[in-house]
Amino acid sequence: MPLNLDLGISAQALQVRARRAELLANNIANADTPGFKAQDIDFREVLAQSNNPEFGANQLAQTHSGHLDLPEFAGAGVLAGAGAQYRIPAQPALDGNTVEAQMERAEFAENQLRYQASVKFLDDRVQAYKRAFRGQ
Amino acid sequence: MSLLNIFQISGSGLTAQSLRMNTIASNISNAEATAASDDEVYRARHPVFTTGEPQFGDVFAQSQFVGSAGFAADAGQGVQVAGIVESQAPLPKRYEPSHPMADEQGYVTYPNVNVVEEMADMISASRNYQTNASLMDSGKKMMESLLSIGQG
Repeated sequence: MPLNLDLGISAQALQVRARRAELLANNIANADTPGFKAQDIDFREVLAQSNNPEFGANQLAQTHSGHLDLPEFAGAGVLAGAGAQYRIPAQPALDGNTVEAQMERAEFAENQLRYQASVKFLDDRVQAYKRAFRGQ
Repeated sequence: MSLLNIFQISGSGLTAQSLRMNTIASNISNAEATAASDDEVYRARHPVFTTGEPQFGDVFAQSQFVGSAGFAADAGQGVQVAGIVESQAPLPKRYEPSHPMADEQGYVTYPNVNVVEEMADMISASRNYQTNASLMDSGKKMMESLLSIGQG
């Protein structure tokens, strides 16, 4: 019997958070590269895409008029494959670089916090399963 | 796991910035190194940074965890040093007839190092080095928290 645990949305959210951390780290590493354009992903858009059947998200077929519509975020798998977009700079540098290090650092810190929140939620889910297995 | 890329990306930033620090140190220490002719005199050296090739993203692009929409295909690349260029700024000449390196007219050629510029560059390099190092630390903490799932 396959052990198929539902770990919820957090597992996919983690992927997007990790991806974003990578992009922000890349921006900061390239803070002095002439012509480099800072990139980021729009988390909200990524989440919205996850309900798009084109991306193979969790869509339930409605074969009966009594079937309910799927709520906006119910069972949505966060899509990890969202494309990165270029950031609109507040003050682009003369050499064409659009990295604003202090902002990237702040975004990275925020992303890290949200990543750790997702880890916590995932951990809670795992702990719940562990308790269930033990029968306590 | 794409978090591992943070180490590579920040590591490339550290390498690039420390190389920049080395050229700055070389420029400043040679700022007064005179020579007899234009050909022999030291010229200020500067590294040229470019965005690194997508080398470690490729591996993850084929991974089954990555999904269909090209996740990590354009993964972070870090920074790399394309080369080091010598400054083409004019070489300053000073009239110092008593100098052992003076030419027939009494002029000595000095390197075209602008020490003020180098100092400003040094601050930028050192700040960026610190930022990259702290990002690496943040990435490590994120991985550690991930590894502790299900414990305790």
